[in-house]
Amino acid sequence: MATIKLDAKVPEGPIGEKWTKYKSSVPLVNPANKRSLEIIVVGTGLAGASAAASLAEMGYKVKTFCFQDSPRRAHSIAAQGGINAAKNYQNDGDSTYRLFYDTIKGGDYRAREGNVHRLAEVSASIIDQCVAQGVPFARDYGGMLRNRSFGGTQVQRTFYAAGQTGQQLLLGAYSALERQIGKGSVINYSRHEMLDVVKIDGKARGIIARNLITGELERHFGHAVLLCTGGYGNVFYLSTNAMGSNVTAAWKAHKQGALFANPCFTQIHPTCIPVSGDHQSKLTLMSESLRNDGRIWVPKQKDDKRAANDIPEEERDYYLERRYPAFGNLVPRDIASRAAKERCDAGYGVGVTKMAVYLDFKSNLINKYGRAEATKLGIENPDLDTLIRLGKEVVKEEYGNLFDMYKQITGEDPYEVPMMIYPAVHYTMGGVWVDYNLMTTVPGLYCLGEANFSDHGANRLGASALMQGLSDGYFVIPYTIGSYLSAEIKTKSISTDHEAFVEAEKATRERIEKLINIKGKQSPESFHKRLGKIMWEKCGMARNEKGLTEAIAEIQALKKEFWSDLRVLGEIDGFNPELDKAGRVADFIELGELMCIDALNRNESCGGHFREEYQEDGGEAMRDDENFMYVAAWEHKGESQWELHKEELKYENIKIAQRNYK
Amino acid sequence: MTINLKVWKQKNAKTSGNLETYKVDQVSPDMSFLEMFDVLNEKLVQENKEPIAFDHDCREGICGMCSMYINGQPHGPLEGVTTCQLHMRTFKDGDTIVVEPWRSAAFPVIKDLVVDRTAFDRIIASGGFVSVNTGNAQDANNLAIGKDKADMAFAAAACIGCGACVAACKNASAMLFVSAKVSQLALLPQGQPERESRALNMVAQMDAEGFGACTNTGACAAECPKEISLDNIARLNREFLGASISSQEA
Repeated sequence: MATIKLDAKVPEGPIGEKWTKYKSSVPLVNPANKRSLEIIVVGTGLAGASAAASLAEMGYKVKTFCFQDSPRRAHSIAAQGGINAAKNYQNDGDSTYRLFYDTIKGGDYRAREGNVHRLAEVSASIIDQCVAQGVPFARDYGGMLRNRSFGGTQVQRTFYAAGQTGQQLLLGAYSALERQIGKGSVINYSRHEMLDVVKIDGKARGIIARNLITGELERHFGHAVLLCTGGYGNVFYLSTNAMGSNVTAAWKAHKQGALFANPCFTQIHPTCIPVSGDHQSKLTLMSESLRNDGRIWVPKQKDDKRAANDIPEEERDYYLERRYPAFGNLVPRDIASRAAKERCDAGYGVGVTKMAVYLDFKSNLINKYGRAEATKLGIENPDLDTLIRLGKEVVKEEYGNLFDMYKQITGEDPYEVPMMIYPAVHYTMGGVWVDYNLMTTVPGLYCLGEANFSDHGANRLGASALMQGLSDGYFVIPYTIGSYLSAEIKTKSISTDHEAFVEAEKATRERIEKLINIKGKQSPESFHKRLGKIMWEKCGMARNEKGLTEAIAEIQALKKEFWSDLRVLGEIDGFNPELDKAGRVADFIELGELMCIDALNRNESCGGHFREEYQEDGGEAMRDDENFMYVAAWEHKGESQWELHKEELKYENIKIAQRNYK
Repeated sequence: MTINLKVWKQKNAKTSGNLETYKVDQVSPDMSFLEMFDVLNEKLVQENKEPIAFDHDCREGICGMCSMYINGQPHGPLEGVTTCQLHMRTFKDGDTIVVEPWRSAAFPVIKDLVVDRTAFDRIIASGGFVSVNTGNAQDANNLAIGKDKADMAFAAAACIGCGACVAACKNASAMLFVSAKVSQLALLPQGQPERESRALNMVAQMDAEGFGACTNTGACAAECPKEISLDNIARLNREFLGASISSQEA
């Protein structure tokens, strides 16, 4: 096999003209030919639903697949805080360039300039498109759209719908998708899981999917296959991902030749509800938007036993404001997470477990909102109770559902006492390697949204995931897929009786039978928990050579145990969530090993990847641009074997500097 | 605490089911209702018994996948809370809890507590959208939408499509679900061009799916975990009636 040459295919020319030039020169497919070209879209979150709807509107024949019972339930639905766009509606100096710059810098200079600039360019159109669909974003009394701030920026460019922006955006994309389903231009397969990519003559030509209700394996042909299957945060067992979120589709693609890039770049979100016990099945995010109005602090005194409200102002350490005065509570996520860990490790943590910090709304609730409302109502010298009452109403409107959720989970009322929060796994910047066209190293196989690696470098800024998912689906793939499909117009539909389909289905069936026939003693869930523990302790917020080396050995041992002592009850031919889970855990175990290998290879600290050996005296991350300014793209070569390919990153428009939020 | 469960077990749509009794020990008050089921299922696996199938995904009350009928109430006893956000501190040591799937002819049981809700997707496909193709939009701020209208549309759009309204209704009517989408789009300028056809088509599809008629008892809104208001049903009735009278369609 020839060695893979990574070519990002970023168009030539000045950064601001690349995409415009590309759009006007990319080959087109005429309407008659589109009708005979079939596209498979796996996953129906923001990226998948927006891509499927847009491609069907253009005339392509589309099939969509999701493992949930409806496309509307994809985990994009749970995104809370908002979506960025360089609209400059707030007249605060925003521009395409600033969004581009903030994203590259936020990603700690490990993202590709060309892709990120395109993302910033199309961001404004996303908001227009969503509003046209009837997405009810927050508005001012005059009817104009509102914005708020997110971490790592000094402008207000985040559009939102209370604390449920992802829900509203996904329902917009879902309704566009359902419109095409109603017209017959998209066929949707819910409760289906993709279990392999089928390749013919080196090109992706379809998938094997399992009907999760009947257990039947199905073969589906497509001239192109789009993976829009989300991130792999659940490799840690506990994360803010949904229970079903998994890496299986991306992993099967990886084993069919798609390179997997920067797997160790994972995002630990600073503001999540802390773990309460061993029974815990998932972690819940408290939106970054809360850092607009919440101040993060710990007591200045170690092991302070007093209740939060009894600790006077001068005895509180607002450590983010202290360490990073320019950005304060709105530093990027990786920095806020590490700072919280540093305080807790040093003995200043709060709560029963001492692994939490306070996120306190009181001062803004009273001083910012309470006073403003009192002034509006003409109340002179309002007393504290009035200020609290008035402030509470505003806070409720901005974040109401989040406060309710917090109370529901913890039993404490965040209007009365500060929230307790701690970092948790949230997002994965790494993913399937794609070029400027969003095509993987397998021709005809594309990857969109969180599942690819492309835009966020080593750390994603808040409110940029929704932007990227919808950018890829609505505005990028409809153009870039033409460059491939225009050369495929002579390819007739290939029969799924083709031997490649037969072979792939056979291999899939054998793997399922193998899983169910181990008949050991331990459940898929118990293996998942153990994998998560290894990953969190040794490949989590802080990593070092010793821990990673141990983790690799432990994961290999866990894999052996999995394949010899797994117990999957129930039948192959029927609805069997245990079997679904077993297959996903098997893939997570393999991915976990690669993540540790990647983390061990990257001898530097950058973004969400913090290697303890590489830090400055003040504990800030120490990047090594000379040796590691590249995308690490791994090729699968066999069991526990990978080959590293490097895509060197060139910064022609942005001056590389140490990230400084001070 | 110790919790006694009576759970609906049903192999598939073709067989009939029955309630089975389980006992779960060492339930922590901080566990969610579904985490208690995780504990039970793990125990069943250890005993070589097939675990109970139930739908769940985000476990933060937004995806709409969880769907348990708990002691005669969809999503259990708390107001404005989905099953996944219901915590065991709501119950007492020694309680017996009956858990059933959503009951409606339009939501056939797939297995145990899992039902088929694809009827909801087909209702949305019949008209729950604005017909605007990608790339046709004007600048978002060219369309001023008053805050009150925007807020009302948002409140209706908060529906998570879980189907609790149907499960709560003695007629298994889907009016609250349909009215939430019709309201959201009827309140916004973007929804105006298709306002009439949307109401007519979605109601027609709802009827075709076999959901029952609405008799305005309000059980749906009382049980809705997202507290979608009954006002939306009133608005749907107006929209439907208006469209029936004035529609140009045959």
